[in-house]
Amino acid sequence: MKDILLRAGGAAGDGIASVGEVFCRIFTRNGFYVFGHNAYQSVIRGGHVWFQARASPDRIWSQGDGCDILYALDRATVDFHASSLREGGIIVYDPEKFSVPPEAVPSGVKALPVPTLELARKFSPQSILQNAVGMGACAYLAGVPLDTLDGVLADQFRKKKDVLEQNLGAAKLGYEYAQGKSPASNHALPVKGGAAKLLLSGNQAIALGAAAGGLKFLAQYPMTPATSIMHWLADHASAFDILVKQAEDELAAINMAIGASYAGVRAMTATSGGGFSLMVEALGQAGMTETPLVVVEAQRSGPSTGLPTKTEQGDLNMMLGASQGDFPRVILGPGSAQEAFRATVRAFELAEEWQTPVLLATDLYLSEDMHSVDREELPLDYAPSSLFTVPEPTNGSNGYKRYLFTPSGVSPRAIPGQKGLNFVAGSDEHDEAGHLISDVNAGVPMAIEIRRKMMEKRMRKLQGVLATTEPPKLEGPAAAEVTLVGWGSTALPVRDAMGILATKGVPVNYLNVHQPFPLHAESVAKALRAAKRTMLVEQNYTGQLGRLIRAETGIDLPVKLLKYDGEPLYPWEIVGKVLEVTGHVPS
Amino acid sequence: MSLASAPPKTEGPALKVVYKSTTKPTWCPGCGDYGVVASVERALSSLQIPTHDVVVVSGIGCSSNLPHFLSSYGFHGLHGRAMPVAEGVKLANHGLHVVVTGGDGDGWGIGLGHALHAMRRNIDLTYVVMDNEIYGLTTGQASPTSTMGQKTKSTPQGVIEEPVNPIALALSAGATYVARGFSGDPKQLSDLIAGGIKHHGFSLIDVFSPCVTYNHLNTFDFFRQRVYKLENAQHDPTDLVKAFAKAQEFGPKIPTGLFYRAEKPTYEDLEPALKEGPLVHQKAGIRGKDKVLDEFV
Ligand SMILES: Cc1ncc(C[n+]2csc(CCOP(=O)(O)OP(=O)(O)O)c2C)c(N)n1
Ligand code: SF4
Ligand SMILES: [Mg+2]
Repeated sequence: MKDILLRAGGAAGDGIASVGEVFCRIFTRNGFYVFGHNAYQSVIRGGHVWFQARASPDRIWSQGDGCDILYALDRATVDFHASSLREGGIIVYDPEKFSVPPEAVPSGVKALPVPTLELARKFSPQSILQNAVGMGACAYLAGVPLDTLDGVLADQFRKKKDVLEQNLGAAKLGYEYAQGKSPASNHALPVKGGAAKLLLSGNQAIALGAAAGGLKFLAQYPMTPATSIMHWLADHASAFDILVKQAEDELAAINMAIGASYAGVRAMTATSGGGFSLMVEALGQAGMTETPLVVVEAQRSGPSTGLPTKTEQGDLNMMLGASQGDFPRVILGPGSAQEAFRATVRAFELAEEWQTPVLLATDLYLSEDMHSVDREELPLDYAPSSLFTVPEPTNGSNGYKRYLFTPSGVSPRAIPGQKGLNFVAGSDEHDEAGHLISDVNAGVPMAIEIRRKMMEKRMRKLQGVLATTEPPKLEGPAAAEVTLVGWGSTALPVRDAMGILATKGVPVNYLNVHQPFPLHAESVAKALRAAKRTMLVEQNYTGQLGRLIRAETGIDLPVKLLKYDGEPLYPWEIVGKVLEVTGHVPS
Repeated sequence: MSLASAPPKTEGPALKVVYKSTTKPTWCPGCGDYGVVASVERALSSLQIPTHDVVVVSGIGCSSNLPHFLSSYGFHGLHGRAMPVAEGVKLANHGLHVVVTGGDGDGWGIGLGHALHAMRRNIDLTYVVMDNEIYGLTTGQASPTSTMGQKTKSTPQGVIEEPVNPIALALSAGATYVARGFSGDPKQLSDLIAGGIKHHGFSLIDVFSPCVTYNHLNTFDFFRQRVYKLENAQHDPTDLVKAFAKAQEFGPKIPTGLFYRAEKPTYEDLEPALKEGPLVHQKAGIRGKDKVLDEFV
């Protein structure tokens, strides 16, 4: 597969993320698929941050392996990243800032000094303009026409006309300077790919999906990597008529969302593991009061505060077990930006249909990295139905029963304001009408019977969810040497690894468990029994999905690739492990 | 034995709205909370608000069972979390009247943070706290409003923390209607609650509602001997400084009545998303708004 990888590195405050975004858009606009990986730290200035943009005419899913053009804003970037450069790689740096001795440059790689500061000074004393020169040089080396870069910059500085002029001038100088000194990279792509692609983060896909799915009320408390969901929705709140409430903490956020949902609007909250820990009691409250609720859980490296800016899939156990007692819940774990968009719309449908909480699990890697999608992959034409229907069946002779026993477990739902259907939603156990059976009646024979039936009514919903949701997908060839098994963002590097392995003559497929709970145990078992070999791929220490699969199917997945260092999986890691377990390379 | 009571009556005859539920309260005989539920009922009936336009939200505690003893909509949630649920209800449908009820432990202990934030938002909720200076449902531990030196099950040697002062807290947090009632004076209490419901903004009615089972210090008699009415004491409820001064009186004489009232925009007034009316009646989804995708190019 043809691809090109541009990496920019420096300190926080150097503007690396903006450079990275420009690196992505100069390709998506010309119709290439892109993946943008943002590696940053929990500091606002200093430290070491880097961004990698990978582009290809073919569908790519992950950050890929290696690097072709390294734009180094400091010496540390050269030291940390030079070894990632592939054959023909180029290091772009400014000799006014630091020198790059020959021993720091791997063989097959060349260092290209570009006087970014000096050229930038022709336009402004502001050192940040050096990046425009640097981007110009890198665009040339990557084979991107200057006017494409100009177009992207024009949009980035849309609101600052004077700054734009400076940037365009500086970018042109950088472009021409590099042109005079070096041929373009031998990885450069053709000038034009297909139709322009959209570029968005996983969180933007989720936020967009929420809006499309009918979200009216978001309550959230900032926590990486969920925060940008609130940012995007707050930005679009007036255009979409959505109320965005920054709550005082996560306890308030989830309880506000539950209150809003009870009152009849589609409501959501989003957080990471730490905030989700605080939401746990209220999650059960949504289950008990049978209030629809969507909770986005964007995982990051735990335990505790952990690595706030690094990725992990370590919260599956918590999501499975969060809150006391048994109640029905759904956990979705989409494996791409497109899937995240659709899963969010679906989460609202499921929450509403089954009147229970739905957890949308993502992680820092999927949520914050940038993905290219085709326009058609984000259909916005969904029309959420009205919630103000008169619940059926209503009265009967006993009056309205909010928690009526039904075969599906779903009872007719009234919304406050509807006449004649008044009821109390209770976090205590209750009877069909919503009256407590937890105090003076607790333990009396009739209440014992009601309690048992009420548990069974609620838990029955899980069978309905299973019957109406899609079982895990087996992606890739039917006949495979290895069946990889994973959930959520693991699909991203796995899909790229599958491509690489196919070219090596080692066909593998992937069981994408996009809905870890309730697990379609029969389909999973069938796929696993049919597999020649299995390999669990997860980003956590204990193989949490593997344990769930064993619990639900009795099937053990002894071969595991588990990663918990905070970094995303790279395709080569998966390729390497597959080659090892299939005996293609000695272990 | 019937577990489910008969269907709640939602509408009474012509001008009378009946809030009484057929579910009988489960409080101990003599509990102060009986007077509070009767006062809430009377206040709502006097305002002639249809029962289906009222949502009573509570947490957990003896007092928090109150929504079950009214015929309105209700949400009986988690210990300390009634306030954010109520805020969610109100923001989703600000056409509803939302009343929050609960205990001193629920509101001034575990839920204190939420209460303060709701007050500074001046969101249009009516908060009725049944303050018995004890944890009733968990059988008699010290609460955040228990008196210094008071012996309880969790403080056999006496409480060694200063009590929370709900009135002073509410005044400093930005509540725009701050009142204190006494379960032993249901007439004054129902007027204060009705005033709070009518008030456009956050209203607090902290109510002395004695726990006859676990608090032998703050009894009906204790309060009867001490309370006096602010309305009879030339108190000016528009004066915040005087209200603070009155909030400090807690000794041989304890004021009840309206400490403070101010007119200010509510959170709902200022929230742009509510300009077009209650969220619940607005259209959902972004059909036809495909232009938004252009920002991703
Ligand atoms: C999270 C949580 N912690 C503790 C409890 C146990 N609990 C139930 S009621 C209560 C205190 C109630 O005191 P208060 O709010 O003053 O109500 P009262 O019973 O006095 O009316 C406690 C601690 C609980 N239900 N939930
Ligand atoms: S324990 Fe106290 S607060 Fe609870 S019902 Fe009995 S008297 Fe009322
Ligand atoms: Mg109490």
